[in-house]
Formats: sequence, C-alpha cells, structure tokens
Amino acid sequence: MALLQIYEPGETPAPHENDADVAVGIDLGTTNSVTAVSVDGKAEVLRDEDGQALVPSVVAYAPDGSPIVGGLAKSLIAMRPDSVVSSIKRLMGRGIEDIKSVAGHLPFTVEPAPEGEAAGASRMVRLNVDGHKLTPVEISSHILTALKERAEGVLDREVSRAVITVPAYFDDAARTATKDAARLAGLEVLRLVNEPTAAALAYGLDKEAEGLYAVYDLGGGTFDISLLRMEKGVFQVLSTGGDAALGGDDFDHAVAEHFLKDWTGKTPGSGAVKQAVAMAREVKEALSAEDQGTWTLELDGEEQSFALDRAAFEAMIEPLVKRTIRICEDVLDDADVTPDRVKGVVLVGGSTRVPLVRKMVAGLFGREPLADIDPDEVVAVGAALQAEALTVGSDTLLLDVTPLSLGIETMGGLTEKIIPRNTPIPVAKAQEFTTYQDGQSAMAIHAVQGEREMVDQNRSLARFTLRGIPPMTAGAARIRVTYAVDADGLLTVSAREETTGTEQSIEVKPSYGLSEDEMSQMLYDSMKHAKDDMTLRLLAESRVEAGRAVGAVKAALEIDGDLLTDDDRKAIDAIVAETEAAVAGEDRDAISAAVEKLEEGTRVFAEQRMDRGIRAALRGVEVERLDKAAHERDQQGEEQAASPDDRPKSAEAGD
Amino acid sequence: MQAKAEGAARSNNAAAEQDIVQACWSCHGPVAVGDPFCSSCKAVQPPGQADHFQRMGLERSFDVDIDALEKAYFRMQRDLHPDRFATKTPKEKSLSQQQATSLNDAYETLKDPLDRAVYLAHLKGLDVLKEGCNALNDPVILMEAMEMREALAEAESADEVSDLTRRAQGDIADCEKELTSAFLGTDMDHIGTLITRLKYLRKLADETRFRRAELRSMA
Repeated sequence: MALLQIYEPGETPAPHENDADVAVGIDLGTTNSVTAVSVDGKAEVLRDEDGQALVPSVVAYAPDGSPIVGGLAKSLIAMRPDSVVSSIKRLMGRGIEDIKSVAGHLPFTVEPAPEGEAAGASRMVRLNVDGHKLTPVEISSHILTALKERAEGVLDREVSRAVITVPAYFDDAARTATKDAARLAGLEVLRLVNEPTAAALAYGLDKEAEGLYAVYDLGGGTFDISLLRMEKGVFQVLSTGGDAALGGDDFDHAVAEHFLKDWTGKTPGSGAVKQAVAMAREVKEALSAEDQGTWTLELDGEEQSFALDRAAFEAMIEPLVKRTIRICEDVLDDADVTPDRVKGVVLVGGSTRVPLVRKMVAGLFGREPLADIDPDEVVAVGAALQAEALTVGSDTLLLDVTPLSLGIETMGGLTEKIIPRNTPIPVAKAQEFTTYQDGQSAMAIHAVQGEREMVDQNRSLARFTLRGIPPMTAGAARIRVTYAVDADGLLTVSAREETTGTEQSIEVKPSYGLSEDEMSQMLYDSMKHAKDDMTLRLLAESRVEAGRAVGAVKAALEIDGDLLTDDDRKAIDAIVAETEAAVAGEDRDAISAAVEKLEEGTRVFAEQRMDRGIRAALRGVEVERLDKAAHERDQQGEEQAASPDDRPKSAEAGD
Repeated sequence: MQAKAEGAARSNNAAAEQDIVQACWSCHGPVAVGDPFCSSCKAVQPPGQADHFQRMGLERSFDVDIDALEKAYFRMQRDLHPDRFATKTPKEKSLSQQQATSLNDAYETLKDPLDRAVYLAHLKGLDVLKEGCNALNDPVILMEAMEMREALAEAESADEVSDLTRRAQGDIADCEKELTSAFLGTDMDHIGTLITRLKYLRKLADETRFRRAELRSMA
C-alpha cells in the first residue's frame, strides 16, 4: 500500500479508490499545534507548502467575528492585539477564580460566566475579544476546524475522526472542554491520549523498546512527567505527575521581568510587557544555541539595550527547572523506582531545547535523554499512530492511568479518595456512605479531583443531589456512590440508596464546562450543515449496527446452519440479502427496519441453537462425571459443539 | 470452561443449564458462561460474576505468580480494551469497557499483596475493616507502630528517612511471607492480625516517602 500521497495543488489526480475518511492525530498545543497521519504504521507529520508542521495556536477575529488561525493570526498580534487570542489552552475548563493567578500574564481580558443563569449552567470564563464574547471551547474549536481543513487539503480526503492529545495533568474539566471543542469542529474524538504517552508510542514503535522509560514533557504552558513500562507492545503507564501551570512561557516571563526591573522609573504598560515577553522568547531561543547576546527593546518610545549571557539566563530559570526535577523525583518515588532503573528518557516539547533543561534531566537520570524525534512533532506522531491503531487495528496496546485522584466531599469539608491517582483506566469503584440526620431525605454529592485533604484545595468537578431517600434514623441508609472513569479519562458518578434502590446518575459535566444546552446552541450556530452532518453520522451508526447483525447471523449459519430446513434457510438468506441491500442504500429507516426484521426472522433459529448448545454443554458435564480424566473429554465436547458436521442428529434427540 | 463445567456438575438440573450456557446478546446463540467472546459470532460478552482469581485464570491462593498474572492481564487486555472497539457499535464499546474495568480491578487487587490479602480473606469469610482498626488492641502492633513513628519524627535528613523506609520495607517483606504460610492454614484471627500489621507497615512506608519529599523540597 502506498504511503501518504501528497499532490501539488492543482495536480490532484482523479479521486482515488480509497477516498474514505481518514483518522488523524492532533497535538493541540498551548503555543503550536501539529497534525499527523499514519498509514501502515508509518506516521507522517502534515506540512504546509513551506515545509512547516507547526501551526501557531493563535486565532485572530475579523470584525465580523470570523476566525483566522495560525501564522497569519500570529503576525496580527502586534497590530491588533485586542482581536487576537493565543495560549487559549491554559483556559480550557477554567473558571474565573482559577485564572486569577495567571491573569496578569494573559494577553486578553476575561470575564466570568454570565450571572444568574439556571443551576447547571457553566461557570466557564468568557473572553471578550474585540467585543465578541467567546468561550475557550469555541476558540479551541476554531483552531481544530482550521487544522481539520488544512489536513483535508493536504490529504485530499475528508477528515472527520481524530485522536487528540492532552497533557496528562489535564483535569476532567479540561478534557471535557477539549472533547467539546472537537465536537464543535465536526471532529469525532476517537480517544483523548495523554501527550507523554503519545510521545512514548512514537519512540516505542520505532525501537521495540522494553523496560522502563520516562517521558519529560516541558511545553509552553505545562509540564508533565510520566513513567512507562514497555513490554511486548504493551505500553503501561506506571505513574504520572506534573504542573499544569509551568512551562517555557514562565522562562520568558522570568527573563522579561528581569528586563523590566532594569527599566528605571516607570511602571510598564501592558503593551510594554507584551513586547518584553516577546523579546524574552527570542533571548531564550538565541541563548539555547549561543553563549551570549545583546538585544534592543523599545519601550514606551524609549530604547534600551540589554546584554545577557547564558550563565545569567540559566540562573534566572534554574528555580523553574528545579521544580520540574523535584516533580520527577516524586513520580519516581510514587512508582517505587530509582532513577538508574530508567532505561531511557524521552524529551517532548519545545522548551526541552534549552540546554539547562537537558543538563538537569541528564543529571537526574544519569544518562543523556533521547531527542531523535523533533520534540515539537513527537506527540502528533504518537497520536497519529494511535489513530491508526484505533481505526485499522494494531499489535500494540496502550494502558493508561488516572493522573489525579478522584474523591468525594465528606463531613467537615474533607476529601475522601474514591479512585486514587495512577489507577489503570477504565476503572469503576464504589464506596458506601450514610445519612447523618434522622429522616434525612436527600444527600449532596460533591465530586472533586486532586491530592489535597481539604475539599476546597482540590478542583471541584460536579455537584448533584440524591433525593428520595426514605425517612430512616441517622446512619441507617446505605448510599452507594460509584465513580467510573472511561478510557478517555472522563468521569461518571452515580449514587444509589441500597435499601430502596433510589438511584441517580450523572455524567459529570464539570462545573467549568459547557452545559448540554450551550453545546447544542453552539453546534447549531457553528455548523452550517449541522443537520446534514447529524444525518450522516446517524446513517453511519446504523450501518455499523447492521453490519454487526448481519455478521452475527452469518457466523451462526456457518456453525449451526444444519439445524435449518431448506425453506427456513432460504428465508433467512433472503432477509440477510435484504439487510445488505439496505446497508448499501442511504435510507437509515430502511436499514433499521431490515435489522429488526433480521432479528425477528432468526429468533426461532436462535432458540434451536441455544437448545443444541445447552445439550452439548450438559453432555460435557455428564462425561466429566463418568470420567476422571475430564480434561480431554471436555475439550472434545467443546469441539463437538463448535463443529456441527460431527454431531449426529440422533444424539441431540437422545439427550 | 473447565471451572464452570465442574461447578455445574454438582447438580445437573435446569438451574445448572443456566450456569454453563447463556444466550449471546448479538447472535442469540449459546455462549459458555465466563467466555469473553461468543464462540460463533465473536461478539464481546458482559464480564459476568467471576471472582478475581477465576478471571485471571489463577488458583485461589495468596502466593500469586506475578509474572503469570501480568501475562494473563496483558493477553486479555489486548483483546478486550476499549481501544480495540473504537469503530464498533455502542453496545460493544460499552461491554468492552465493562470487561476492561473488571480486568483492571482484578489485576490491581491481585498485584498488590495487601489488597490481595484483604480480598482473599474476604473470599474466606473474613472482612478486615478498611481503616484497619481490628487490632488497635493488639499491643505488639501498636508498640511497633509508635516506635517507628517516633523515629520518623526525629529523623532530620533524607538519608535517615531512607534508612527507615528500608527498615519498613524489610518488615513488609517478612509480614508478607508470614501471610503466605498463614493463608495455607485456617487460623483466620491470625490472618486478620497479619493484615492489620501489613496495613500499618505500608502506611509507615508511605509516610517515610512523604517525609523524604518534604525534606528534599526544604533542601
């Protein structure tokens, strides 16, 4: 099979045989985003005409509100700072109180969610971009839409499914927000994969590595460290840690602060800060390659030049790098692993280009880190491999864990952990609680995420109330609360009063996420062809379901077809053919009707098969009772059950 | 299949039929109870009620071969993990999630000696309280715990704390060995005491870890 086929614009040949849509991998980054696609286990990063893989995660809004994404938007920052948004990833799933600490660093103004909305409405912040009120989810969806369109252009086919990566440390709210953004962009998320895990995938498949590996991921805004075990194609995440507010941007701010501190006399305005930060970034990049340099900054009409050498730069950022090293030590401790047992360290994220970072990482692990794959592209490569694995199949398997503990608020504002961090997902755990007052008829459930003892120091995920508890004395009710986390790391909470069966279940829509209503409104607003898209999706779903039903009947006919008379067989074959014809068509109702008819028309056949199966199994039991060497006989029994040809009809009747 | 058939052999009646074979939700044909996939149409089945040992194909014993456990876990996750069902029907996705959840539960429980001991004791009819207060009245354990706590409070360097960690780990290994032989017998009280001691020791080992991280961050 040919690898990626990329054509020059205008030279695209006639639509090729395989114009089915393809699943891509997207690294939706704080600073830049990258898309890649994998065919036959070979991943390729998608590049524009200039060979650029990185699309700046920057959105500029035209006066009519239409978004411009990428390099062009980035170049507009200086000219029209008020209508350009960058680093939106930092606000995914955040409420206004979350971002107070970073507010000074944000290049735009934020507002709390509108007050006085019905309970359940989101508390996610809004951005005021040149008069347009936008949520981080919408802005992210604009980036994703641009990435999707770009990929469709390069690949010359529809792209509707993707694996999207998120920092391992992203909490439930941020993960949900990312999934919502994809939905708005018309992308089905096959799986959210943690960035470090994706990076390990990119390396592991190339090298068939075995043993313990660490992935050190220092991006623009987040730091993640993960410890993985790779064995025979299974990637098992052992432990993970990080800081969702620590990254290369902090290096820039440290340097910018240093410059502005030298700026005598005046308090710098926000324009000056932006310029200083931009220059600090240049300084960082330059001092990663050279030993020293001089830069000139024009602030509020005054020009000043600054000289800086690498040693001074490193002294400024050392405390920040040290913080990452300490988190690494904790993660190793968590997994009960000493640094020398780690066979390799994978570097991810542009900030790992800084020599001091490499030096300190090498110092901790006692070995030079791996950086063969471009640290800016490695995550997208892994995501693409996973996208292929999920759609086409794969020999490798990824077993991930919960990055943060999930708990519940108990008396006194304490957190009781229900699912500890680093538990393999998917997972479900239940705990029992009771009432503390006589006749208590309702119980508030407050789900939180984090490692701290006190509830208010952790992140609030969701609240709901179990009502209808029958009047009992305090402590008599038994309320079973179940937390379930799916393979994307998303939480569902349910509560049930055991003595009466009163039950309430919610999919956790995080307090800072968007409500279903808001989502549907946005979907409606954003999709020009929302209805068509929905129809197509439903059609695709019923085709999958019909495919399953037809496959099941065919498999049954293959094995137990001898149970049928010729006429019965003909009748079933006819319905199967009918269903297959419906699947080939476009009418969803016809497909559903055909599937129903198929189920109905094979009911008697299914009963006959059950009878035969039970008889065969009982015969196995009988044999076993008579013969101590049950092993062989039982296997024979199974073989008989599996191959109808050997089974005389008389034996059936004889049982 | 083997285990199911044996169970059913105890009483060969209509109820037993239900225990060994049930209808596949997809093709409606017979599936042996406990099989993760239908033998005819290959559809994934619900995880069923097997205990953790049965699920992983291991003997019910405290002495678990960790290599065998991991091999079984990886082999089954390879087939049952939701990543294998990304393009399947919602029903199959949901069943695979249930299967993978049960596998993770079994693997996590059996992998960890303390969780395994608590679970095995539970299967044998002894429920050790979660917070492990069964033997607060056991003076030996109490003394041991207090002595270690004191040493931890007095430790001033990360190295000193590391010594305590090693000591706790040695005690944990001894305690696990004792549990292995205790589970061969029938003295449930003794098993309960050992589990409580193991809980204390594990908690202590964790505390030494926290303390070391604390001392490191102050350095």
